[in-house]
Amino acid sequence: MKMCSLALFPPPLPSGQTTLCESNNELLSGRNSTERLTQDSSPLSLHFPRESLKLHSRTESSSKAAFLDHSETLWMRSAAAWRDGGLTGLLDEITTSHSEVPKWLSVTSGCILALLRWASSFHSSLFPHLTLSSEDMIAEFSQALNWSDCVVRAFAWHPHTDKFTVALLDDSIKIYNPKSATTPTLKHRLQRSVAAVQWKPLCASALAVACQNCLLVWHVDPCSLSTRPSSGCAQVLSHPGHSPVTSIAWSPSGSLLVSASPVDTAMMVWDVAAESCVPLQRVGGGGVTFLSWSPDGSQVLASTPSALFRVWETRMWTCERWPCVKGRCQSGCWSPDGSRLLFAVQGETVIYALTFTGVPAGVSTGTSKGPQAAAVVADLSETTFNIPDGDIVVGGEIQSLAWDPRGERLAVLLKGDPQAADRPAIITVFKTRTNPVFELLPCGFVQGEPGVEPRLMQFHPNFRHGALLTVCWSSGRITHVPFYFLSTAIPHVGLSGSPSLPHPQERAADFASQSLFTELIS
Amino acid sequence: MVNSLTAEENIIDKWVTIEIKMFSTYTSCWFIRKVICWRAAASIAWAVLLLPPTTAIFVILSKFSLFHPIRTITECLSLLTSASAIFSFILLGGVIIMVGFLFLEYHTVIPNIACSKIALFGQLFHPRQFVISLAHCLMGMIVGWCCAVTTGFRYETLAYSCAQSDGHPQMCLNEYHLMFLLAGAFVGFSHSLLGVIHNMNYVSFHAVEQYKYLRFKGSLGLVVKCSISQAFYSVRNFIVLYFFLGYIPKPWICKTLNLQLDSSVNPLDSIAGLLDLSLLYHLWISATYLLFMWYITLLLFRIFVSEVYSFPVQSSFTEDAHQCLPKVLTDKQPMILKFLALQDLALLSQHSPSRRSEVFSLSQPGGHPHNWNAISNECLSLLADLTQRLVAYHETVATNGRAKSLSSGSERKTSSETSVTSGIEDVMSPKPVFLMKTPASVFARSIAGDPQSPLTAPFTPDLDSPFASPAMRRLTAPVEQGSPWYGTVQSPHIMRRAPKLWSTSTGSQVNGSPPPSPASVPSPKQEPSKPSFLAQFLQNRKEQVKNFLAKRVLIMYLFNKLPEASSQALFADSQAHIWALEGLSYLVQASFSEDQFGVVQTSLPSILSSMLLLQEAVDRHFKLPHASSKPVRLTSSMGDSSYKTLRFALRATIKTAIYRITTTFGGHLNAVHVSAEHRKRLQQFLEYKE
Repeated sequence: MKMCSLALFPPPLPSGQTTLCESNNELLSGRNSTERLTQDSSPLSLHFPRESLKLHSRTESSSKAAFLDHSETLWMRSAAAWRDGGLTGLLDEITTSHSEVPKWLSVTSGCILALLRWASSFHSSLFPHLTLSSEDMIAEFSQALNWSDCVVRAFAWHPHTDKFTVALLDDSIKIYNPKSATTPTLKHRLQRSVAAVQWKPLCASALAVACQNCLLVWHVDPCSLSTRPSSGCAQVLSHPGHSPVTSIAWSPSGSLLVSASPVDTAMMVWDVAAESCVPLQRVGGGGVTFLSWSPDGSQVLASTPSALFRVWETRMWTCERWPCVKGRCQSGCWSPDGSRLLFAVQGETVIYALTFTGVPAGVSTGTSKGPQAAAVVADLSETTFNIPDGDIVVGGEIQSLAWDPRGERLAVLLKGDPQAADRPAIITVFKTRTNPVFELLPCGFVQGEPGVEPRLMQFHPNFRHGALLTVCWSSGRITHVPFYFLSTAIPHVGLSGSPSLPHPQERAADFASQSLFTELIS
Repeated sequence: MVNSLTAEENIIDKWVTIEIKMFSTYTSCWFIRKVICWRAAASIAWAVLLLPPTTAIFVILSKFSLFHPIRTITECLSLLTSASAIFSFILLGGVIIMVGFLFLEYHTVIPNIACSKIALFGQLFHPRQFVISLAHCLMGMIVGWCCAVTTGFRYETLAYSCAQSDGHPQMCLNEYHLMFLLAGAFVGFSHSLLGVIHNMNYVSFHAVEQYKYLRFKGSLGLVVKCSISQAFYSVRNFIVLYFFLGYIPKPWICKTLNLQLDSSVNPLDSIAGLLDLSLLYHLWISATYLLFMWYITLLLFRIFVSEVYSFPVQSSFTEDAHQCLPKVLTDKQPMILKFLALQDLALLSQHSPSRRSEVFSLSQPGGHPHNWNAISNECLSLLADLTQRLVAYHETVATNGRAKSLSSGSERKTSSETSVTSGIEDVMSPKPVFLMKTPASVFARSIAGDPQSPLTAPFTPDLDSPFASPAMRRLTAPVEQGSPWYGTVQSPHIMRRAPKLWSTSTGSQVNGSPPPSPASVPSPKQEPSKPSFLAQFLQNRKEQVKNFLAKRVLIMYLFNKLPEASSQALFADSQAHIWALEGLSYLVQASFSEDQFGVVQTSLPSILSSMLLLQEAVDRHFKLPHASSKPVRLTSSMGDSSYKTLRFALRATIKTAIYRITTTFGGHLNAVHVSAEHRKRLQQFLEYKE
């Protein structure tokens, strides 16, 4: 059965219109000028023009070539090669300076070097991602679309308060808090190529940063007035062979941090306070690229660069293997109760769902009874819409998935085609319902200014009036799209108050009435 | 002299009886008999089962020849199935059982941290430690013999027939075999000493729980690495030792066994003899094999003993009541039982709704929340105990730090006035009782050669002396104040005072005026009644001070506190507090939706205030000048050093625990009765500003 989910969606907005919010069950849009006014008045909307950032014009290795001076002795050069490039660097240095070393030495090192290269080429033919440079590897496996070009490379809301942090292209990290006038800027010698940031749950100050060579955990005192916390506030967590770090996830209880590197087959579980780690080694897959901890804390999704992902249960740290047919698992997200996992596979245009029925509780029964196969819940294959400006093609591969903390809106960032103007990257939003049965309904597209594509998105963890989707655009702008609705799952407690916007009237849009996917109860 | 000897014997006798009594109470506990002993037996059994494959690898490595690979394998196979190999297996199995038994006997969940060099020496030269080292020596020698026999070749026997110069055949000493035996003994001895220094007997608990097999697999690489590197260092040290002292055992063995020294063979305690690569390789491989076996036993023991044990929360049979969690938590001894109970509490509060409901349930009949009361009271008393300990330590350090700066200032200014003030400061310091117990006075006795106090004073388990480690004092002292760690509070206190007192006295010595010595100050009433005694006393003191001045560098070296160690010792048992905090906070969090009868509500104010008090105390501790704010990078060795980072883990856990409660309850916490100061702090937590 081929079901095309996108055909049931309302058509995208014409050029020049941007999505503002969802109210009364439909997405409202506005012209650019009016939008600019409303957006700029909000304190949390930010704009980082690309020109304002001081970028490194050259990387370290390229600047080294400009100053290379061969007047050093062989010993010095060998030591430097050992320090920079390890064994292969040393052998390379000895082989190239054959005029200064005995012949047998240069020949031997040449042979060993050839052998090593042959072995590593064999290894990387099994796992092609190992040939990538670490920057390319981060770009390949990051959740951000086109990471190397992103002005905002990583974004994270604090799990409990209205503050968030952004990692910028110039390797600095800024913390924004609407209640505070200071915006601390975090810089550290080791903080390069930030792939992900995440705040520690049940803590006001700790922020984990996944960097090129290590993991940093910043402790930023929320009451401090300092705008440049010193690098002494950061804990450096590193383990040999565990870099670059492309994904991190805190346990919802705030006690543990897991980190993943595509180079390392072991997933690290850190006890951050003690700076100690336990490697969880599983050989298959050739590395770990993306991690997501289920909101109830019982399971962790860990995808690998191969067509395989694992679901770890966190009680005894055993895992289930899930081989995919086509490609690697690109992204995934958990339902709020941790019972359902949605994921997208590279090379496919569908969203799969896994349902975990067993309760992984109790000391004796550590494993949960998992499902037998993943079900396709949505097909996002390319669909052509006719809009006044001309045809527009929406659909294709999925870059990332985000599910709002109440489980009512699901945002899907579609990659699009950067070469073709009529196939933009776009955010598709579904309405979801998890109780009593899992349902998926169309909601609409979130669009920005013309020529600007969405790069990163995240839902606010505790928005009272529905869901709040924060989108980082390629222009360096960060906007927030609220979805106002009354939650069906969570009864309203007197404390939280009612939504400020008028209640949705009983005027459901035509599109919304058609369900895309309904789980069959067997 | 006879008197003193008998007194000494009495003390030792008493000590031994105390130990035996301790051990008998230890084994009398149902948990030790039914669980720990079985776990230890299982771990030893596994270690013995792993012996054949390990031995096979050892044999292959020791016999390997590059040019005859097939012959090597056939030789190894025939050797492994021979009768001598089976005898070796039996011997090695016995050694492993003995090693495992020693771990079982001396394992501890609270590391024994020496706060100064002298305390470390006290541990190393403790008579019990001496016996253990001797046992390790013997076992090492047995393993060395097995290795020599298995390796065969020129190492096989201690004696061989050699032709003397006159052509008459005789039995000569095989120095290679002797070297294997001695190397085994040396490696065993150094293993036992390093075990004390690195706290090898400490059993830690991991935050990440895994199945036993996976934990074993994950740690195997570390064991291999550690045994290889440690064997390298041990063999290196042994060779140096043998080079210098090798001439002692050789003639002795020859004399006792009536053997001759073969003059035609190079002696091994020479440079030419030791530059034998094959010998070095075989020594190193054998030492690695020995250490690997022992480390594997240790690893298996740790994994098995620290495994989670699930206690029932309540039992329907009264005879099982003593095995239930609320009862077990309140037990003082053995510590391992308490730790496992707290671990189980932390896990059940986090993962198991059904067992949580038993905690929140009411007794039938009566309707009292006995389970919750027992659990929460025990956790709160643990937290209060740590708070009290931290406050006491902080007070001591704060007053001591001030006095210390003054006395060092007096040295610079050389004015008698300042030294007098510092003396007064001493008298006025909050706990003058401790002045009597300074290590200086104990050491003075032994150095002055007072006939009434034998020279062995520091090595006997003198309970009042600072050489006694906190754990020793804890073992021997009756449990005071309802807390098993009461004794530890004093130890850093005493140690801290030592250097200050002596700096004071040196300052006064320079001035030439003999000041009232600190020890005499608390007894000023004796002054008019016995002036001659006092004069004599002062004279003695002066002599002692002179003695000390000569050895001052050494004294300072020995008595100076290691900066990290006192903090580590203070938080040595903090794993218990971490679990108590986690257990309480998760239970309180769960009570928001699961507690039907509101049993948790009643104790919420006390839980919150004790957590806040502890947080304050810990924060103050981290603000002390010597406290490091970041954990030291842990080196990977077989000695588990996770206790070094416990205080950092505790600091993070307190914050998370308070946040867990405030996040769950939110604004409802405003209705809880706490003091105004704590309300302010809670407000900070509610606003995420801590």
